[in-house]
Amino acid sequence: MPDHETHDFDVVIIGAGGAGLRAAIETKERGLRTALVCKSLLGKAHTVMAEGGAAAAMGNVWPDDNWQVHFRDTMRGGKLLSNWRMAQLHAQESPERIYELERWGALFDRTSDGRILQRDFGGHRYARLAHVGDRTGLEMIRTLQQQAVALGVEVFMECKVLRLLKDADGRASAAVGYWRPSGDFVTFNAKAFVIATGGIGKSWLFTTNSWECTGDGDAIAAWAGADMLDMEFVQFHPTCMVWPMTARGILVTEGVRGDGGALRNAEGRRFMFDYIPPMFASETAATEEEADRWYDDHTNNRRPPDLLPRDEVARSINSEVKAGRGSPHGGVFLDIATRRSPEYIRRRLPSMYHQFKELAGLDITTDPMEVAPFQHYMMGGIWVEADTGATTVPGLFAAGEAAAGMHGANRLGGNSLSDLLVFGRRAGMAASDFAGGRLGTPTVEEAEVDQICKAALEPFGRDSGESPYNVHRDLQETMQQLVGLIRSETELVRALDALDKLDERTKKVSVTGTPAYNPGWNLATDLPAMLTVSRLVTRAAIERRESRGGQTRDDYPKPDLELGKVNLIQRLRPDGTYELEQVPLPPMPAELAALLEEEPK
Amino acid sequence: MSPDTTAGASPVNQDVSLQVPAQAHLETHPGLSPDGGPSVTLSIWRGDPGGGAFVEYQMPAIEGEVVLDVVHRVQAGPAPDLACRWNCKAGKCGSCSAEINGKPGLMCMTRMDQLPQGVPVVVAPLRTFPVIRDLVTDVSFNYTMARQLPPFAPRPAGPDGIYRMMQIDVERGQEFRKCIECFMCQDVCHVIRDHEENKAFYAGPRMFIRYMELESHPLDTNDRRELIRRRTGLSLCNITKCCTEVCPEGIHITDNAIIPLKERVVDASYDPVAWLGRKILRRTKRSAAEAAADAPAFSSPTREDR
Amino acid sequence: MSTTVEQMKPIPVTLGGARGGPDQRTLRRDRWWANPSTTFVFLTAFVVYTTWAVFQNAYYYVGGAAHRDLISPFYSPCLTASCVPGAHGGLVITWWMISPAILTLGGPLSFRFTCYYYRKAYYRSFWQSPPGCGVADGHARYTGETRFPLILQNIHRYTWFIALIFNVILTIDAIMAFRLPGDGGIGVSIGTIVLVLNALLLWVYSLSCHWCRHLCGGNVNRFSEHPIRHRLWKLLSPLNHYHMQFAWVSLTWVALADVYVRLVASGWILDHKLF
Repeated sequence: MPDHETHDFDVVIIGAGGAGLRAAIETKERGLRTALVCKSLLGKAHTVMAEGGAAAAMGNVWPDDNWQVHFRDTMRGGKLLSNWRMAQLHAQESPERIYELERWGALFDRTSDGRILQRDFGGHRYARLAHVGDRTGLEMIRTLQQQAVALGVEVFMECKVLRLLKDADGRASAAVGYWRPSGDFVTFNAKAFVIATGGIGKSWLFTTNSWECTGDGDAIAAWAGADMLDMEFVQFHPTCMVWPMTARGILVTEGVRGDGGALRNAEGRRFMFDYIPPMFASETAATEEEADRWYDDHTNNRRPPDLLPRDEVARSINSEVKAGRGSPHGGVFLDIATRRSPEYIRRRLPSMYHQFKELAGLDITTDPMEVAPFQHYMMGGIWVEADTGATTVPGLFAAGEAAAGMHGANRLGGNSLSDLLVFGRRAGMAASDFAGGRLGTPTVEEAEVDQICKAALEPFGRDSGESPYNVHRDLQETMQQLVGLIRSETELVRALDALDKLDERTKKVSVTGTPAYNPGWNLATDLPAMLTVSRLVTRAAIERRESRGGQTRDDYPKPDLELGKVNLIQRLRPDGTYELEQVPLPPMPAELAALLEEEPK
Repeated sequence: MSPDTTAGASPVNQDVSLQVPAQAHLETHPGLSPDGGPSVTLSIWRGDPGGGAFVEYQMPAIEGEVVLDVVHRVQAGPAPDLACRWNCKAGKCGSCSAEINGKPGLMCMTRMDQLPQGVPVVVAPLRTFPVIRDLVTDVSFNYTMARQLPPFAPRPAGPDGIYRMMQIDVERGQEFRKCIECFMCQDVCHVIRDHEENKAFYAGPRMFIRYMELESHPLDTNDRRELIRRRTGLSLCNITKCCTEVCPEGIHITDNAIIPLKERVVDASYDPVAWLGRKILRRTKRSAAEAAADAPAFSSPTREDR
Repeated sequence: MSTTVEQMKPIPVTLGGARGGPDQRTLRRDRWWANPSTTFVFLTAFVVYTTWAVFQNAYYYVGGAAHRDLISPFYSPCLTASCVPGAHGGLVITWWMISPAILTLGGPLSFRFTCYYYRKAYYRSFWQSPPGCGVADGHARYTGETRFPLILQNIHRYTWFIALIFNVILTIDAIMAFRLPGDGGIGVSIGTIVLVLNALLLWVYSLSCHWCRHLCGGNVNRFSEHPIRHRLWKLLSPLNHYHMQFAWVSLTWVALADVYVRLVASGWILDHKLF
């Protein structure tokens, strides 16, 4: 058995994206010994790829905006499945979290009176997204990273966590992982853990997600016995690059539409006007003229249908392509070139301009982009208590994309960056309190640790097994084909079957070389997490026999009244299988429920 | 893909994201050579601190590919343990820096069809940093230099607790904050690339733009000029501009950060007239209280903001 | 508030360790040497020509009945007793025995020598430090501009003021070149255009200087409180972006202006009147 190093901390945060960094800042400021463990270098987490902005009802551009309107938008966007308390906290606290970033050195774009400028995004009634051109995520992660460094948070970079272990009382007590550069194993003993590992996109073939998004956090929480919530709700971002093939899935920010871009089919028609759902009809423009006037006058005009919530837009694009009205490479056209001046486009959307120029040889100031929906975000994940981010495992907290509840069935663009800040901080606070109140040194069975390390190294011992890359590729194709944007019972069942076979193959993969910076081996250790998460998604998708938000069922194309009142919870049984339970939504206070009924002014 | 999942693509499936042009399948079967089709060759440095050598990998060519795509196909095929750092594959995270044909570049943003055709593309790790394995180097130098920086120290906010800054105040800093920390400017800078001994006291171009960002930050109250002169090795830079040449974000590192910093350091340390002026007029960076007192007055947003 | 050196906690940097990749001077296979070589050739050519022109100490002034007042920019202002009649600037230095051009050239050359662009040009092409990006430094030891004499590069701002004085004088020379010979009327010859362009290019080169940009607004932290300086800075920034181009064009033109005056003064060509 390889011996390995051990570290002791008060709080260990797994994942160094926006939520993890924010949590680390909170615990460190509260004087706790804090470790931040991340799979890549610091500052490379997927948060850097967020483009459009962070939604916060600061009312800098439209003074009518307030947390109540933001709350209403979030709940309606989430098809009323969001945890009301999370949506409320989020709407109330996000402005302060944004101002806090400014105090730490962030430089947001400004209004003409020197306040933070806000931009329009899908599903938000008012221009609400604090932003920096189209690189808001980078600004956010850099600000948080620099603040964390200034506070002296200890960062363990390129360190992958394999499993979370509990002590005899069932409290989370140790995280076992390995250093990617050396392949050496490491154990972090701590009084509290925060999971902030982000998304699960790498189980799909085409995704906007980066290498890291293999659902590690979701899986280690599920393996530790935490409740997993609403795993069926996977967001497909409506506008991603489709060409060239190898750039397929790279995100095209919703800011393009927020800043005036329009979706067109091959005939040049703004087809979104044909797909306005009844739920949003009263607040969506009926004509192109009204939609175009809205950019300058939100009060007397209604929002263009191009800015409907993402699930609606994604489905509409899918239908257009299916009807044979798509673009040459299987998407639709996103046109800003004919609608805004080249200078405006370059100033507002510099990285989109750059990205298309470099990767597709296309000038977005003169030509339309081709876009289609691809996997983007996980609304489901680890069940957490709204105020604290506590999971059902004592001592284990979660925040950000890995945690669930805030976004319900569909997330509004811009809500995730502020989600990271609001709930990253709250998870940090609660983890600090928990760690402060926990007596004694956390201990785990040494044998368990050894077992995990040994299992991780097994692929080296197999000579004739399959390459993990093949298994991963097949997993991605399975999920892409059978658990995609549009789903059906037969395909989902087939997917479960295929996942079982992939699980068998995963147990037989073999890798060559040594553990030191070995991507093949790293992938082999990621595969179990990806498979667990894929199964949780597929099973929940079978159970929810309706179409709602991120779940679109070919065989159940309408929302179901009864299913609209429940969340789906999955949890590990002692025999290693997962039980699935329908749980009624927490009851919402009358004054908040009233906000949802109100028609917009 | 496995036979049973192929069968799963039923005709009722309506998801357009499945409509994958046949050509894409080339990348699923690495090593597969299309009949007489065009190929590309990567000559990748493989090794560890003990030494290494270039290994050539010939792969079928695929339209529109970037260097990183080919590296991935090499990993999925002939060399599963080929070490390479990458994350976003969209030019936004700055992980996949390497030396491509001898020049630092992001593998994810360097298109194969823009490199010289018919000859192997040479891919080597960043030279300035100690190699870990293959294309991965130990870039902790950069994180150490970041830890040494005296942090942002803002003046107090206005009476409503909110800072007022104009767009023209933040634009200069925003250019520097575009930095994706790919560390290619650090890599190409000959001050440390060719002179290991200078590393101990040289912050490097990436940190110079950070120092300049803070020095010119409209809210910052911290005067770091003396420190920059004595501790960051700014005067080791002989402004030969390689950092600017390789910056994937197009940041004018030399013109907008290093030279302005040098001039600010001259203001503080080398310019007798400026020194005399300060003595006579007693002008230093304004105190935080003074600065807070004259924050622009509150006014309502205007139409241009929308 | 100011961060003192004592407040900075230096964290030791690990030195040594195997460098990434092969130990070769460069892996570049493009013609990276073309640029430094070209710079080397042109700068050397300029130095050689200038030296020759300086020590020729003749044919630098055209005056009198048949021609305009044309003076070579290398020799203006002509300040020594040896200057040819009519070429004199105001002041006359009697003890200077060698070419007056040496006195004059010191000013503008000090500006160009300490110029941020020329520093790049000669550090790369002459000193090979480095010859190109990703190409190994030509020297084993390197101390940059940390010590004497290169620490003197920091006086660039003073040489800029000197250069401005010369710009004024050469502008006056250009204006003088409008005078028709004899009757004092106004007209334009090729020589007039040569000298006007020369003065213009020198102004553009000096105003696009990095120090000038710093002086006009670069040292301001809150532009919104200094609108005029911000406007100046915005005006100069695009000029500064082309500082290298202005450096080359103005340098070449100064030499060509000298050639032109020399050809006219030595009688090889006539300074044709245009209108």
